[in-house]
Amino acid sequence: MERKTIFQIRALYRDDFRVTGFSFGHGERAVCIVGSMRGNENQQLYCCAELVRKLKALEEKGCIREGREILVIPCVNPYSMNIKKRFWSIDNTDINRMFPGYSEGETTQRIAGGVFEAIKDYTYGLQFASFYMPGRFVPHIRIMKTGFEDVELAKKFGFPYVVLHTPRPFDTATLNYNWQIWETRAFSVYTTTTERIDRVSARQAVEAVLSFLQKQGIVDYSGFEGYVSKVVSTEEMVSVRNRRAGFFEGKANAGEYVRKGQLLACIVDCYEGMVVDQIYAPLEGTLLFSHAEPKVYENTAVYKIIPETEDW
Amino acid sequence: MITTVVKADLPVDESLVIRKMRLAPAQGGGSKRISIVTGIHGDELEGQYVCYRLSGYLQEHAQNLQGTVDIYPALNPFGIDSITRGIPAFDLDMNRIFPGNTEGDMNEYLAAEILKDIIGSDLVFDIHASNIFLTEVPQIRINELHEAKLVPFAREANVDFIWIHGANTVLESTFAYSLNAVGTPTLVVEMGVGMRITQAYGEQLFRGILHLMKQMGIWTGEDYVVKKPVISSKPEDVCFLNASASGIFLKNREHGEHLEHGDLIGRIVNPLTGMIINEIKAPVSGWLFTIREYPVVNEGSLIGRILRC
Repeated sequence: MERKTIFQIRALYRDDFRVTGFSFGHGERAVCIVGSMRGNENQQLYCCAELVRKLKALEEKGCIREGREILVIPCVNPYSMNIKKRFWSIDNTDINRMFPGYSEGETTQRIAGGVFEAIKDYTYGLQFASFYMPGRFVPHIRIMKTGFEDVELAKKFGFPYVVLHTPRPFDTATLNYNWQIWETRAFSVYTTTTERIDRVSARQAVEAVLSFLQKQGIVDYSGFEGYVSKVVSTEEMVSVRNRRAGFFEGKANAGEYVRKGQLLACIVDCYEGMVVDQIYAPLEGTLLFSHAEPKVYENTAVYKIIPETEDW
Repeated sequence: MITTVVKADLPVDESLVIRKMRLAPAQGGGSKRISIVTGIHGDELEGQYVCYRLSGYLQEHAQNLQGTVDIYPALNPFGIDSITRGIPAFDLDMNRIFPGNTEGDMNEYLAAEILKDIIGSDLVFDIHASNIFLTEVPQIRINELHEAKLVPFAREANVDFIWIHGANTVLESTFAYSLNAVGTPTLVVEMGVGMRITQAYGEQLFRGILHLMKQMGIWTGEDYVVKKPVISSKPEDVCFLNASASGIFLKNREHGEHLEHGDLIGRIVNPLTGMIINEIKAPVSGWLFTIREYPVVNEGSLIGRILRC
């Protein structure tokens, strides 16, 4: 294992800003794995730390295939992680809205540019990503429809779901999108949580990544075989929304199979304690996402259901 | 008349309400409508002065009004109230969620309802104040896709500068792009600096808006002679200055000044060592239309922009 500095900026009063990478094996740039980009992505950082630990052990046993190099970057934004701020410390910009970056531009453009320059030539690109909505996910692989997406390859992770996402304008400045445009086969790996560490789903994600690397001939590894993935597009998913704001009392969680008409959650008045809204499943299916905050605003997508289909 | 544009109930004994002031002739009058919008970014307050002036002045001279003026001073009331650029609690930039979605989350719903209310205006001003880091001369920024329709309006708006910039996919989620895309002409004004009000700039734009209203037949009262703006449409005309090192920026020049090649614009210093880390000199001759106001800089932070001339 070689620890190296991918990108660095000198600061005035803080320690230098460093993006650190860990490389395993030598030769062709086979796969790059990126962890947290935002200061609250603890689960994504944790997944990478576990991956570094496992790859180090595999390398010591000679299980990284000859002529293959793996790069893991656990954190692209240590400054924000260390002060518990989600976005960039001074100007609150999001590094994952700055790709492919610009070396002569503003600070986060330079960070994105410096990192992208180091990682754009890998065959496969994996990012442990997070969603802006607070809640729990069923672990899945997400790929953007850019014309370069490879759905069959995404199934090799063995996650229950592969989610196809149509990019919106702001997605065009994300790492995943730009990796694909630069012809890296890019995948976003979603585990259950963001701020809180869920060791079970982190382990599942790390096993899925190692299994993928084994199937692509990058490591020798026998472990998790996984699921036969079901492919769904974000357009197929059904959002279930609450009509009223208040305390959120969830009765079902991400991963559960629900029947049409099943009670999913109650909304409780924050002053008087009575139930002001009940949320029922509008159809049969699996909950891909469930809200996980004590309170909820009105009209929030508190659940996302993958409808049951005949081929499942 | 103050009306509610959109309202959403919050969890604990409060509603989020976005309001507008509608000023129109008591009877009859023309059918033209102008909308003045600000406060998408909660830390940009320059538009507050313009809204205050227009609302007060037009009510005082209501007899001269021949059309409708809608004034929206706070599209992001939570942000303004909490000194937050984005939407607090969501950490979202409100100017990246348009055109919104009436079936979407609260913020998407608000965005969609706001647009629904404004679409159909004959002209919209979307007033910004750069951000807390930079001071700008009064200017209008126009996406090249909408140049033909917007430049004739912008020329009459009493600003110093019209910057026609290239199309950018990311900007398709902005308020102004969404309106321009459906045929509602919308001018994006940038002036002054975040968290402050530069009354002279506010007065300048207030006069520009009255002048445009007069030209559009909405206003029959006093008119003003407007400035002839500098117009730039070539990307190579604008020179960006970025900090080459982290430190404290001390400026030597003010925005709006003309610079000769090699002029000292400012220094980046280290207060701990007492040393100058970097002297920032003008790489070209031209007009300094943006200058950094906030002293702390990281490597790469924007220091200023010069229009070559």
